[in-house]
Amino acid sequence: MLIINCPYCGPRDQSEFSNGGEAHVKRPDGSKEIGDREWGEYVFIRANPKGLFYERWVHTHGCRKWFNCVRDTSTDEILMTYKLDEKKPNLNNFKSVVKTPSGEPEVGSGNFTVEK
Amino acid sequence: MKKKYSIFSLARNALSGHKDWPKMWRSPEPREFYDVIIIGGGGHGLGTAYYLAKEHGLKNIAVIEKGWLGGGNTGRNTTIIRSNYLWDDSAHLYEHSLKLWENLSSELNYNVMFSQRGVMNLAHNEHDIKEIKRRVSANNLNGIDSFWLSKEEIQKKVPIMNTDNLRYPVLGASYQPRGGVARHDAIAWGFAMRADEMGVDIIQNCEAHQIRTKNGITEGVETSKGFLRANKIGVVASGHTGVLAESAGIRLPLQSKPLQALVSEPIKPIIDTVVMSSAVHAYVSQSDKGELVIGAGTDSYNSFTQRGGFNIIEDTIRAMVELYPVFGKMKMLRQWGGIVDICPDASPIISKCDIEGLFFNCGWGTGGFKATPGSANVFAHTIAKNEPHQINSAFNLDRFASGRLVDEHGAAAVAH
Repeated sequence: MLIINCPYCGPRDQSEFSNGGEAHVKRPDGSKEIGDREWGEYVFIRANPKGLFYERWVHTHGCRKWFNCVRDTSTDEILMTYKLDEKKPNLNNFKSVVKTPSGEPEVGSGNFTVEK
Repeated sequence: MKKKYSIFSLARNALSGHKDWPKMWRSPEPREFYDVIIIGGGGHGLGTAYYLAKEHGLKNIAVIEKGWLGGGNTGRNTTIIRSNYLWDDSAHLYEHSLKLWENLSSELNYNVMFSQRGVMNLAHNEHDIKEIKRRVSANNLNGIDSFWLSKEEIQKKVPIMNTDNLRYPVLGASYQPRGGVARHDAIAWGFAMRADEMGVDIIQNCEAHQIRTKNGITEGVETSKGFLRANKIGVVASGHTGVLAESAGIRLPLQSKPLQALVSEPIKPIIDTVVMSSAVHAYVSQSDKGELVIGAGTDSYNSFTQRGGFNIIEDTIRAMVELYPVFGKMKMLRQWGGIVDICPDASPIISKCDIEGLFFNCGWGTGGFKATPGSANVFAHTIAKNEPHQINSAFNLDRFASGRLVDEHGAAAVAH
């Protein structure tokens, strides 16, 4: 279970939140010109990295506000939460703990319990 | 040498203290070049290599695996096998697989412990009843054994089930007698052994780092054991398939999430069929060792931690205890998570792509184990012939542009 730091309410239990998938997805411009393939990509394809990931959460059982988050999907560590109107943080600010694209973090997959 | 297993070899090896069993497969160093490299040494990948060698006459094949054989989702599922899917495309694919399962132990001369003990899918409300009856009819039209069980018939089959005194009462179920369970390791080991005998190199502890392509043609794969050249690459890496596709510049419509399962302490035989309920989200069978094998759900967020959230287990156990009050005081022994790659339509992708010589078999989501031999069989065909088998032609990547989805959210064991 995660503790998620709602930018409005502070740290709360994950059970109060719902996940909203990838953040910063942009609807394609020129909707009349683009083809089925581009539309398909917009509708169906989302980033799915092992490592640093921009995602959205909503504090369903709290303030009911949406916000964004940077999380490491290889460890589930939440690195930052920020409001929707705040600038997208640069991923270079964070350290990815996975050395190869599909490698495992040093502490072992799913065992990131060590205090840093 | 072909390894044969029989009651006599078992007796002979028992007398010598089981010290003289031959190694089931070699552990070769990788060669520089292969006709086909399969990334992912689970059941689907090893099966693909087996069918490529057996049915398509290819000999220069390697299977590379980051960890050990069957250590990914092949060893992390609840081993339920059935083919009662709604749409024709899925029904044909899963039924193809079920038919292969039925003959697999004798074909491989290796006991995959396929036990056709029947699979029940429970209905808990009016809508479930309508949906499940519709599915039963669709199954029957596709020649799949499936019928409707009344509440009384369920009570007779599974007397420990609490059908009335719970929030979502049990109103009926579909039943597929040919469904059942199999041994997860055995399917990987059986395919591995027979593929190895036909010359397939099985290379463990070899992580794929990057798929290299040039001018739209597959060149090979960078691995932890160096660069391996290949004419064709088949990626069957379940949760990690999207990561590998990305390395070749291909975006797949997959989201990776942990799916959990757990087993109880072993008890005497108490449930002799498989019971699934997607409405209250609990499914259970009993292993040959006597443990209850319980399937839970996926987390709501993307993750590669093979663990999963505790709240998911709580939900499942709550439903289990309500459906089977007799299990209330049992202890759970082990819990684990596997990383499943979920497609927007809850159906797999078995397809070529824009890059020549690069193939994907992924998106099995929460229900890939049952499809292992069928998926491997049609994927081998797709790789060997550069075009899909009739059975997997609907499961292409183009469907996410054309909109011809195979929407199986209703038939998935896990509502996701």
